[in-house]
Amino acid sequence: MDNIQTTLAKDKLLALFAREEEAITAFSTPLVNRIRQHALSRFRQNGFPATSKESWRFTDLTPLLNTEFTFDFSNQSRSMDIEKIFTCDVYDLDTFSITLLNGWFVYKNAPLTKLDNGTIIGSLAKAMELYPELVDQYFGKTAKTEEHEMAALNGAFVQDGLFIHVPDGVCMEKPVQLINIVDAQQPVFLQPRHLIIAGKNACLTLVHCDHSLTHNVSFTNTVAEIFAEENAVIDHYKIQNKGRNSALVTNTYFHQKRSSKVTSNIITLNGGFTKNIVDVTLAEPDTISEHYGLYLADSNQHVDNQLYIDHLAQNCHSNQLFKGILDDEAKAVFSGKVMVRPQAQKTRAYQNNRNILLTDDAKVNTQPHLEIYADDVKCSHGATVGQLDPEAMFYLRSRGLCERTARQMMMIAFASEVVQKISIEPLRDRIHDLVEKRLKGELSICDQCVLHCNSKEPTTFNIDLSKL
Amino acid sequence: MENNSDKILEEVTGSDYKYGFYTDIEMDQAPKGLSEDTVRFISAKKNEPEFMLEFRLKAFRHWQTLGEPDWAHVNYPPIDYQDIIYYSAPKKKATYESMDEVDPELLETFEKLGIPLEEQKMLAGVAVDAVMDSVSVGSTFKKTLAEQGIIFCSFSEALQKHPELIKKYMGTVVPYTDNFFAALNSAVFSDGSFAYIPKGVKCPLELSTYFRINAANTGQFERTLIVAEEGSYVSYMEGCTAPIRDENQLHAAIVEIIAHKDAEVKYSTVQNWWPGDKEGKGGVYNFVTKRGICEGDRSKISWTQVETGSAITWKYPSLVLKGDYSSGEFYSVAVTNNYQQADTGTKMIHLGRNTKSTIISKGISAGHSNNSYRGLVKATRRAENARNFSQCDSLLLGDQCGAHTFPYLDVGNRSTIVEHEATTSKISEDQLFYCLQRGIDMEGAIGLIVNGYAKEVLSKLPMEFAVEAQKLLSISLEGSVG
Repeated sequence: MDNIQTTLAKDKLLALFAREEEAITAFSTPLVNRIRQHALSRFRQNGFPATSKESWRFTDLTPLLNTEFTFDFSNQSRSMDIEKIFTCDVYDLDTFSITLLNGWFVYKNAPLTKLDNGTIIGSLAKAMELYPELVDQYFGKTAKTEEHEMAALNGAFVQDGLFIHVPDGVCMEKPVQLINIVDAQQPVFLQPRHLIIAGKNACLTLVHCDHSLTHNVSFTNTVAEIFAEENAVIDHYKIQNKGRNSALVTNTYFHQKRSSKVTSNIITLNGGFTKNIVDVTLAEPDTISEHYGLYLADSNQHVDNQLYIDHLAQNCHSNQLFKGILDDEAKAVFSGKVMVRPQAQKTRAYQNNRNILLTDDAKVNTQPHLEIYADDVKCSHGATVGQLDPEAMFYLRSRGLCERTARQMMMIAFASEVVQKISIEPLRDRIHDLVEKRLKGELSICDQCVLHCNSKEPTTFNIDLSKL
Repeated sequence: MENNSDKILEEVTGSDYKYGFYTDIEMDQAPKGLSEDTVRFISAKKNEPEFMLEFRLKAFRHWQTLGEPDWAHVNYPPIDYQDIIYYSAPKKKATYESMDEVDPELLETFEKLGIPLEEQKMLAGVAVDAVMDSVSVGSTFKKTLAEQGIIFCSFSEALQKHPELIKKYMGTVVPYTDNFFAALNSAVFSDGSFAYIPKGVKCPLELSTYFRINAANTGQFERTLIVAEEGSYVSYMEGCTAPIRDENQLHAAIVEIIAHKDAEVKYSTVQNWWPGDKEGKGGVYNFVTKRGICEGDRSKISWTQVETGSAITWKYPSLVLKGDYSSGEFYSVAVTNNYQQADTGTKMIHLGRNTKSTIISKGISAGHSNNSYRGLVKATRRAENARNFSQCDSLLLGDQCGAHTFPYLDVGNRSTIVEHEATTSKISEDQLFYCLQRGIDMEGAIGLIVNGYAKEVLSKLPMEFAVEAQKLLSISLEGSVG
């Protein structure tokens, strides 16, 4: 470990674990607790990722770790009227919606629901109690605690999160929407954990929204393990729209069996500090894995997308397309890696990262890497960093559009390549709207507005009349 | 078809290293191992000025604080730096007036290498400063060059005759603190070449140096410095072959290029060190630091390299584009076969406004080899309107080899345009089929396709080199398809 702050933060967390061990481990199965001990020893050994580590070179956690965080380890029944305080609405889209508040499952009716078709949806903590054998079969099987420090940390502190099991042959017509809300008066450090399993020939659509309600500092470190069994189809959408003071690290692990198909879409609209780690294992032949991403960052936001796609079997197809627009002093990092193992013949793997820089203070670091050990492959990657095409700009201006409108139009067009990949129409329209609003500056307008409607403190105006 | 191609693959990869011979010349060498005494010994042996010894000692002390880098995508057993002879020179080191006086055995070596040191040289129009194990033994065309005020000589000669130039420029592009191998080279470098092109002079000849590692267990630490003054032009060529040795030989060179305002430097190299045998035993370790700086406005430097040899290549010819409107180019073909490992690429650092760089890299891997492209394109905030285009393609021949691409793009301003694209694939069956049905045999077809694949880079080589490079390519590869 590199520096004092991160070592201090690590020691603090280890001490906290020793103090609260009973509360933390109370609701987990023995196997999960064994995995927890392993993850804890990993965290003790590796600590927080240092910038000397290649994948964290441009993303420094140190400033975040100076904050005094609070933790909540008690599993009390939480019920609140989510609709009242928050709407993550998608018009015309009927979803099975689930809410996590500060990392804990919010009960509306029951903590765990078993639908008529056999699908189990609900709290992970409850699932460990009711379906321990199902949890044990999958839990911790694909999360790389050895390699990823933040996943080890999550593994040590795991308590609750989302659990979905779609049995063999069942198709969940209704998308599951997970709303991850952070609402705290004090800085919180959250470790939600999701376990999602789609059985053989099953299909599942998951919409995952990350939001924050207050402007307080928060740090969310999520791990999601997603399993696609033979022939399963999973659509995964992640919409990140968080406050400026929030930090979000997501570790998403996909494990794909024969002929399964995964489509993932990460849309980062706002967020102070965001790091998305996507780790895909294509374990069996004939799988398809598609990963799309869009990041729009301004002020001093930091967005880091790290992808690793491991082709272990032959005839698999993977595709990555990540696009970003950076304004003000925003910073974006993209590191994509495609690994093609010797036995993974007939692999097709594509990787693409495109960035637009709007100011001289914005920064992009992109590293599209290919590591190939098989010969019968078709792999390509591309990366560009540039600005809006001046010729297209001229065309629009010559048609009488003002510069602002022309710019917005072109940025929306640039972003829509990713948005168009969303297969659910109402969701696509909604995200298109959000992106459009975001690019017009309307979405973050609350952040800039002096009224702070969300804030609990009354707003006072100190107007110096002498200056008028 | 499979059997046929396997046979051809075997034949081609089975052919022995053509340039594997060993010349027995008496050596004047330093004792094994590295210490301050070794550094002092080398400096004293070469009768160097005081500042040079100080530079070496500083570098040596810094080197002791460093650890060997391990980030490259290569594997090799740890090197015992105390088990290397850091200096060896041919004993007879008189300055020759005519070629007759040169040690005939040495001349024979050059003959085998095909260096036209004598009459053919004149026809070829090449001035060769041949380096045999660290000390220059013959220079031609010196007079022609001298008339124009061009200095082209060995590094040690330059230290004696032009110490002020060396003092001014050495270490300005690659400081001794740069990296582990650069520090090592700065401490113990034996010799190398120095070229100085005065203001406004277009060098009438292609400057060329042939390096050659000879004695067993001798590390080769070359140092090249090229300075192009305002408005000058030079094309510099470097090529090398090495004889078969059982133990690994360490080669840690430094090349520094400085291009002033409106100057242009073209640096071409064909590298064919001994790659080790078919089991991956032996071979040269080539850990080189090459860097150029476009110091002045509108200056230009281009690197062209054909890499076919070495057991391990660790080489990133880089460019710092400091002057406004300066431009840099990097063209590379890297071929690896058997158990060779190559981690090579370039760095383009855009500091000046309106700077431009192009990177074309073609990797070809066969057998059990690993071939990596690793490159950095960086545009700082000040580098307005910087422009880069990179293309890195890999061709895979055989299912045991690896091809990797590790590009890094760092952009810090809004007017820069950086593009990177890369593809990895094997020889297309369609192209092969097309050639075969036209009556071209398998070997010919593959040769045709590979040469076509590398054409973009080969065409950038000077005439004399292009022929050699094409031959090397065909020796290394033709016929290998899986």
